[in-house]
Amino acid sequence: MEKFEVLQSTAVPLPIENIDTDQIIPARFLKATSREGFGENLFRDWRFDNAGQPKADFVMNTGRYSGRILVAGKNFGCGSSREHAAWAIYDAGFKVVISSFFADIFKGNALNNGLLPLQVSDEVLARLLTQIEEDPQTTLVVNLVNQELEVPVWEEKIPFAIDAYKKECLINGYDDIDFLVNQKEAIEQYESNRPWAY
Amino acid sequence: MAKTLLDKIWDAHVVKSIPGGLDVFYIDRHLIHEVTSPQAFDEIEARGLPLFRKEQIVATADHNVPTKNQHLPIEEPLSRFQVDKLTENCAKHNIELYGLGHEKQGIVHVMGPELGITQPGMTIVCGDSHTSTHGAFGAIAFGIGTSQVAQVMASQCLLLSKPKSMRITVDGNVKPGVTAKDIILYVISKLGTGGATGFFVEYAGSAFRNLSMEGRMTVCNMSIEMGARGGMIAPDQTTFDYLNGREFAPKGERWEQAVAYWATLFTEEGATFDKELTFDAADIAPMITFGTNPGMGMAIDAVIPTDVPVSEQASYSKSLQYMGFQPGESLLGKEIQYVFIGSCTNSRIEDLRQVAKYVQGKRKAPHVEAIIVPGSKHVEKQAIEEGIDKVLAEAGFELREPGCSACLAMNEDKIPAGAYCVSTSNRNFEGRQGPGSRTLLASPLVAAITAVEGKIVDITQYLN
Repeated sequence: MEKFEVLQSTAVPLPIENIDTDQIIPARFLKATSREGFGENLFRDWRFDNAGQPKADFVMNTGRYSGRILVAGKNFGCGSSREHAAWAIYDAGFKVVISSFFADIFKGNALNNGLLPLQVSDEVLARLLTQIEEDPQTTLVVNLVNQELEVPVWEEKIPFAIDAYKKECLINGYDDIDFLVNQKEAIEQYESNRPWAY
Repeated sequence: MAKTLLDKIWDAHVVKSIPGGLDVFYIDRHLIHEVTSPQAFDEIEARGLPLFRKEQIVATADHNVPTKNQHLPIEEPLSRFQVDKLTENCAKHNIELYGLGHEKQGIVHVMGPELGITQPGMTIVCGDSHTSTHGAFGAIAFGIGTSQVAQVMASQCLLLSKPKSMRITVDGNVKPGVTAKDIILYVISKLGTGGATGFFVEYAGSAFRNLSMEGRMTVCNMSIEMGARGGMIAPDQTTFDYLNGREFAPKGERWEQAVAYWATLFTEEGATFDKELTFDAADIAPMITFGTNPGMGMAIDAVIPTDVPVSEQASYSKSLQYMGFQPGESLLGKEIQYVFIGSCTNSRIEDLRQVAKYVQGKRKAPHVEAIIVPGSKHVEKQAIEEGIDKVLAEAGFELREPGCSACLAMNEDKIPAGAYCVSTSNRNFEGRQGPGSRTLLASPLVAAITAVEGKIVDITQYLN
């Protein structure tokens, strides 16, 4: 997993609520057996028409916005458990998704892939979306080490929460599998001491 | 301190707690399928890790499989490749596979319970969000991502923080025509699509207690549609009767011991939940969805709500525009083109029986295509033995072979752009059943009546 400490970037606004994983990556594109290449089908049916041509009015196609931060409406990533959603966003070049609320499984999947789900209040989210839409050149600084989202143009640093263990993993590029495999002895001991086993 | 059902099962599976509030959490059963497992196999192989407890893994092919001519090779090359990859990985790692053509093949959340693989008190995971289904047996069951699939393969554990608890109580008797699907669609319409995010839900009260195991599975299946990681119902005599004699259920003395243990799995008097909600069963009507998330549901004879908070209006309008509906409109009389009866929510034998009972001696409307996809080979076999296949054929319904099918349209079973489909599945997201498809979620009974009438009707007028 790639390490994450600080990211400075412009952002892409997507002010839609309840963006589900079928919009992020439709099921028909889940047939690949590797983790790469899902980015080209990110937001497929919003981004391209039936003939595969880019839809001019979609935020990623207007030419107005760019950057490695996606700012989206609340309850982002609801729906299926497909990790392909996190892979697609990451593969398309994003390293951070900002929203006021994330679905559980998506959040976990993102963190397991070096993609930071950054939760802000509804009020901050609304201000951010307006700010970016008015000035697409607005730069944001995501400082994971200090757990702060800096908006230089506002002269504001907005603190954000993250699980301490997950923060450590992101900063160091570790994942849970390393940790769990090292617990083998404790796991075997648990198995042999269970009062009821299936 | 009095414990909840969740507390009891959770605590019994904590290998150890680590500072910061995370638990090394033990998994009893790991179900895998072709779509979310290949990258996990690659990952453990790349790290040179063996499978820690391969005998606790069961695999099936369901998401991608065709529902016609399953005896022939899969035509679509990418689907075939993915299904072949699963076969190859299972052979290499010596994992039990109920692949295409196997007599036990089926949708993972139909296959597990009907074979008795799913049991009370267990922890069960699968790379599929509808793993919550298995909670119907009083198990902690939830969907995981592919990285976690690899973690379970490598260690039989996950690193988790305990979710918050919510109890949803529905007491009373439901009205005629109201099924398990209507109860859960009603609850989701009250909570919204993110209303239970961060929570594990326990369903309590007589409305759930009175349901069969099939009905309880339908309820728990859709827990994720309000954001909950899982849903559960305390095991009782209905649960034990369902499991008794099933292939992988404990036998003989083990059965007696198991039932004695399972009977201790309930929320104790005085136990507290982080959130409690109560509904009256009598308020629930046959439901239908009108929008593009499962929270956008209403009584079938109601009008599409107009009172939407200002902050949600843009998304709400976008959703209704996609569906071709207006706020304040009634859906009664709307012509529909497709009816899909299937998915891990409603493809069990009880669902098929209910449909057959209604359509017997009737005929679907000429302009409607009605597809019925059994949840497993076992359900298909049972339907044939009971003569349900003939009833359906006479009514013009097409009985297919098992798989996830048009629930997520990974295979050929797609609803065309712009067409309306009344579906017994779990998600009405934009394009879920094929690009441009418009899904209206409902119960198998509503679906059957809609297919016959060719339009949305107040089904209470059609019951005997």
